Amino acid sequence: MSNSSPALPKSNRFTKHKGAREWQERVIEFVLFLAGFSCVLTTFAIMEILVVESWHFFQTVSIVEFVTSKDWSPLFEPPGYGILPLISGTLTTTAVALSVAIPMGLIAAVYLSEFASGKLRETVKPILELLAAIPTVVYGYFALLLVIPILQWLYSFVGPTLSNIFPAIFPVEMSGFNMLGAGVVMGLMITPMISSISEDAMRAVPNMLREGSYATGATKLQTALQVVFPAAISGIFAAVILGISRAVGETMIVAIAAGLQPNFTFNPLDSAATMTAYIVQVSLGDLPHGTIQYQSIFAVGLTLVLITLVFNILGYFLSKRFREIY
Amino acid sequence: MAPAELSAQSLSPAHNAVSRRQLISSSFAILGLLVIFIALMVLLALVTSLVLQGAPRLNWKFFTSFPSSDPLEAGILAAWVGSVLVMLTTMLFAIPLGVAAGIYLEEYAPKNWLAALIEINVTNLAGVPSIVYGLLALGLFSQQLNLGESVLTAGLTLALLILPIVIVTTREALRAIPNLLREAAYALGASRWQMIWDHILPYSFGSILTGIIIGMSRAIGETAPLITIGALTFIAFLPPLPIQPEFPFISFEWLTAPFTVMPIQMFNWVSRPEQEFQVNAAAAGVVLIVMTLTLNGFAIYLRYRFRKGVKW
Repeated sequence: MSNSSPALPKSNRFTKHKGAREWQERVIEFVLFLAGFSCVLTTFAIMEILVVESWHFFQTVSIVEFVTSKDWSPLFEPPGYGILPLISGTLTTTAVALSVAIPMGLIAAVYLSEFASGKLRETVKPILELLAAIPTVVYGYFALLLVIPILQWLYSFVGPTLSNIFPAIFPVEMSGFNMLGAGVVMGLMITPMISSISEDAMRAVPNMLREGSYATGATKLQTALQVVFPAAISGIFAAVILGISRAVGETMIVAIAAGLQPNFTFNPLDSAATMTAYIVQVSLGDLPHGTIQYQSIFAVGLTLVLITLVFNILGYFLSKRFREIY
Repeated sequence: MAPAELSAQSLSPAHNAVSRRQLISSSFAILGLLVIFIALMVLLALVTSLVLQGAPRLNWKFFTSFPSSDPLEAGILAAWVGSVLVMLTTMLFAIPLGVAAGIYLEEYAPKNWLAALIEINVTNLAGVPSIVYGLLALGLFSQQLNLGESVLTAGLTLALLILPIVIVTTREALRAIPNLLREAAYALGASRWQMIWDHILPYSFGSILTGIIIGMSRAIGETAPLITIGALTFIAFLPPLPIQPEFPFISFEWLTAPFTVMPIQMFNWVSRPEQEFQVNAAAAGVVLIVMTLTLNGFAIYLRYRFRKGVKW
């Protein structure tokens, strides 16, 4: 080629615009890069806002009080700034939600992936996804006006007896705002998410493994639980962890149905505020910028982000540890 | 026949064990069906109870009235107009930014730490609770950039919130296009951007659109981040119209107007003690569910259609 190139004219109509085109390509690539980089900027902005405002908060309140005191009452005199009641509320509603969502989600996933016919799966999956698409404020309405009244009615049969035996745990009547109702509804909300992601993970297990298992005489259930489930465990962990972060960060259901009084308790029958519900409660009022109460929602937000981060990192390592590659 | 009967008899313990295991297996299938049935019943119960409760309020007046202290007079005019305006603003920011970021990550990004950093951040942002975006908006847009409690602040907040959804679905859509097409375009002398703009984007348009619609349906029901920035709940006026009768004819004043949206209006009604306002909340819930389910149904239809139509 090298001896033929001098024969070409220095600039013909094909090469004339090459420089300009190259330059245009560079510009486009840079613009696209900036768009991608906006995600990094968003993360930095979130951390910057949370850390700076929390820093102001911790100028007034000691970190030791924040993480050890069981009194959270920033809006009263004298104010208390111990986040433990908000954390207990968040963990209790999350635990209730998971005890609904994990069994339901995983059973549905195993059924849809291993038992159901293709047609049933293709019909049910989008409908379940609709369940996850309903706005959370509607779920909050559902929890407050439908689920809690039903739970109250059911509890009225066992409540008086139980409160005689364990008066410390069981109240005589169930409160109109409680973590059980909020948690159950939250569980129903995250069930489709857990089932959908775990089902995808199980469907990705190669058929070879199933056929091998059937060949040894295993039933469908044995194959599903002892072969497919362990093979897909990394994806299933990922689904559960996503469910946990979703439940920890869920706001409207708990703000509507779990009550807004901070309460250091792990009893789901009580009403208590979660971290997210506190942020909503403060935002509904009209707090001036720069007050300690205004800063407190950023400190709570930072705690919330750190908790979800811990779960996400945990999930990352768990799914890496158990990943199987075929 | 006799030897066969004999062996069947001697095999009967094993046979029993097999049929027991089969029985367990089929009863699990019934359990699975039951769980799915319960989930679907919940969806049905939710929609039915909302419709039954809200039905008396669902009339033309409900859509054309402002909120009021009298539940019978109160309506969702400010809320639905607000929702539409906020959604427009969200789309304006989220679609170009998300699609561009998706294209960068899938078609351009070299394998280096910078691309990995972007990728980790996209995954991470998808897991950040929505209320934290509200805190970001309160601190950054509302206070530092001084945008206040405006439609623009809300739109930017929700755009950031759905950005990961748009990016991830864009990437998936681009990944589904076989490399054959890229190589064919290059072979004809197309530059990378020409290849993407003229060939890859048109082919993946349907799937990208599906992702955008799913993101919009998420944004339309999002309440918490907008409460955090202090969206007012009692708004008895509409933002200025974008089209004006006098000279420049187009006005962007609506971007800076205070607003309320459907989910906030519903939250406001739910948290009132009076029974009558719960009816309003239910009616607003019905409208909200119709909005999100329509968007989602459309997305599912699109996904189905494009999956069926294209064979590589």
